[in-house]
Amino acid sequence: MNICVLIKRTFDTEEKIILTDGIIQEEGAEFIINPYDEYAIEEAIQIRDEQGGEVTAVMAGNEDGEKELRTALAMGADKAVLINLEEDVEDGDQWTTAKVLSTYLEGKNYDLILAGNVAIDGGSGQVGPRVAELLGIPYVTAITKLEIDGRKVKIERDVEGDVEVIEASLPLLVTAQQGLNEPRYPSLPGIMKAKRKPLEQLELDDLDLEEDDVEPKTKVLEIFLPPKKEAGKILKGELEDQAKELVSLLRSEANII
Amino acid sequence: MNFELTKEQQMIKEMVREFAEKEIAPNAAKWDEEAYFSIEIFKKMGELGLLGIPFPEEYGGAGGDTISYAVAVEEIGRACGGTGLSYAAAVSLGASPIYYFGTEEQKQKWLVPMAKGEALGAFGLTEPNAGSDAGGTRTRAVLDGDEYVINGEKCWITNAGHARQVIVTAVTGKDDKDKNIISAFIVPTNAPGFTIQCNYDKMGVRASNTCELVLENVRVPKENILGDPAKGFKQFLYTLDGGRISIAALAVGIAQAAFEKALQYAKERKQFGQSISKFQAIQFKLADMAMEIELARSMVYKAAWLKDQGKPFTKEASFAKLFASEAGFRICNQAIQIHGGYGYMKEYGVERHLRDIKLMEIGEGTSEIQRLVIARQLGC
Ligand SMILES: Cc1cc2nc3c(=O)[nH]c(=O)nc-3n(C[C@H](O)[C@H](O)[C@H](O)COP(=O)(O)OP(=O)(O)OC[C@H]3O[C@@H](n4cnc5c(N)ncnc54)[C@H](O)[C@@H]3O)c2cc1C
Ligand SMILES: Cc1cc2nc3c(=O)[nH]c(=O)nc-3n(C[C@H](O)[C@H](O)[C@H](O)COP(=O)(O)OP(=O)(O)OC[C@H]3O[C@@H](n4cnc5c(N)ncnc54)[C@H](O)[C@@H]3O)c2cc1C
Repeated sequence: MNICVLIKRTFDTEEKIILTDGIIQEEGAEFIINPYDEYAIEEAIQIRDEQGGEVTAVMAGNEDGEKELRTALAMGADKAVLINLEEDVEDGDQWTTAKVLSTYLEGKNYDLILAGNVAIDGGSGQVGPRVAELLGIPYVTAITKLEIDGRKVKIERDVEGDVEVIEASLPLLVTAQQGLNEPRYPSLPGIMKAKRKPLEQLELDDLDLEEDDVEPKTKVLEIFLPPKKEAGKILKGELEDQAKELVSLLRSEANII
Repeated sequence: MNFELTKEQQMIKEMVREFAEKEIAPNAAKWDEEAYFSIEIFKKMGELGLLGIPFPEEYGGAGGDTISYAVAVEEIGRACGGTGLSYAAAVSLGASPIYYFGTEEQKQKWLVPMAKGEALGAFGLTEPNAGSDAGGTRTRAVLDGDEYVINGEKCWITNAGHARQVIVTAVTGKDDKDKNIISAFIVPTNAPGFTIQCNYDKMGVRASNTCELVLENVRVPKENILGDPAKGFKQFLYTLDGGRISIAALAVGIAQAAFEKALQYAKERKQFGQSISKFQAIQFKLADMAMEIELARSMVYKAAWLKDQGKPFTKEASFAKLFASEAGFRICNQAIQIHGGYGYMKEYGVERHLRDIKLMEIGEGTSEIQRLVIARQLGC
């Protein structure tokens, strides 16, 4: 079984987002593997351990992503590929990432590609499906269970809290939802071994792509933080007056009615 | 000069932090309350390779460096001081002496299971009448045929109740200046005549296992002597130098936990119409705390780095241990102060840090002894 996992490096969930002139400050922030991608890595390793084969972790990002790829290797992936866009891509969007990844994956004949359901930063949930579309293979999103029997695949996916059972066949792309598994901690020997596992570094050039080929299809107009939560207001007086005041505030202040 | 952790060190830090936050921190208050040593958590740490960080792969370890090990101690200590102490003692006192001084056979037999996390070890130096003055050891070992017969008592020995073996120091004779010759022995805990009791009611580090040892005609084969028979004293001084780095790292971890709680509380607590973090009196406390933690951590890293480079590190290890433990005590005290009356209540979990960190000024050489060590290094 030839398995590929798509990985994104994201802000640590505990990190506070700081905006300066409409740009998110990355300086000094802690980064992690996108938590949904950790489920994907864990699933890939488990399948490999049961059925044999190889797990490759692939990231489109920049040099700093090496740490997250090494973490995937420390968890148990066999090799990693870092497609470094730093030099060539100033702004990118989901299209950019999907184009880069699918170009790399083209012709590699992976049986199974796993990605996270969404990235916790951008939250678009688009990269997985877009890659599958570009490769012309089927995909199933938000999976919570995966069973592979030969070329046949049985999947459970999360649909807003309900479970949908799906049959599919390889080659296939799936995106991992919470509940798929419990990702392991990278062990100490794993971390030390990760140093010696292959990590290939590529740039757009190596994929025969031009900057124009990966030009984003969307444009970010503005980035802003959610408005600060104001202290609540407790109404006083007779119940009837309170109700009246509430309705009028909903109209005039909250503009809800 | 490079002040950044390597990628491996960063990965270790993240892994241990996540592990400690999920598996240790939620239990810390309970383990403290019940004085419960969790052997289960040590099994898990063993499976992750944490008990073998600074030992080579050929001995079942991870082949990491002292800095990685110090980083791991800090993170575990941040979650639970008691678990941190038992972890530091298992690696620095239980396993390291066998790695430093053991024969190949001893390493295979005793070190490998510890590095793999399948067994724990302890180090028995302190006696009721020989604490700081470890040379005053009264435990004796006498050669009888192919065996040593050991008699004596040890007190406050960390992890002995769960250990497969204890390294015990004992007097084996006198040198030509009439000074005691001290040797170290590897004593299996199931040896006949070896009694281990773990009933101390401690002020802090209550999640760590602390025991009293009584050795009555305990027989060990001659080959269980550790290292040079005449250099037991020197050997444990070297062992303690290394151990001090880990105690310093543990103090940094405990102080870090107290600081984080104090900072968060100060931002949330309102008095006189504003967050108490807006008062300069509180700000100055927090500034001092943050500064002292960073200084202590830097000293820990430097001492660890020197050790990894094979350079002398005795003085720096004492600097680190002395500063981190004393600054850490101040920090934990101020963390309670910032919490006001709430800090005095167990529910808020800050008073535990003060009780835990107090040991760092006592174990592996008191603050006074650290000053003596430093002064001696200065040539006094
Ligand atoms: C929880 C816990 C765990 C421990 N774990 C271990 C372990 O695993 N293995 C082990 O061998 N030991 C262990 N110890 C023992 C510990 O190392 C000793 O408590 C420590 O070395 C101090 O010895 P003491 O308690 O006998 O104090 P003492 O030596 O009696 O000291 C009492 C006071 O006198 C001061 N003092 C002593 N000599 C001098 C001097 N020359 N100049 C100035 N001041 C001096 C000391 O600094 C101290 O303030 C542990 C202790 C505790 C509490
Ligand atoms: C065991 C115990 C017994 C008690 N018994 C009684 C009792 O019998 N009766 C009773 O009424 N109360 C009692 N108390 C309450 C006690 O008096 C309060 O805890 C104390 O006044 C501090 O208030 P606080 O805990 O709300 O802390 P806070 O006022 O919230 O203070 C938190 C921190 O902010 C600092 N701070 C606050 N304001 C400022 C400022 N303007 N500038 C600089 N720093 C500031 C404080 O010094 C402290 O470090 C008791 C408390 C305890 C723990």
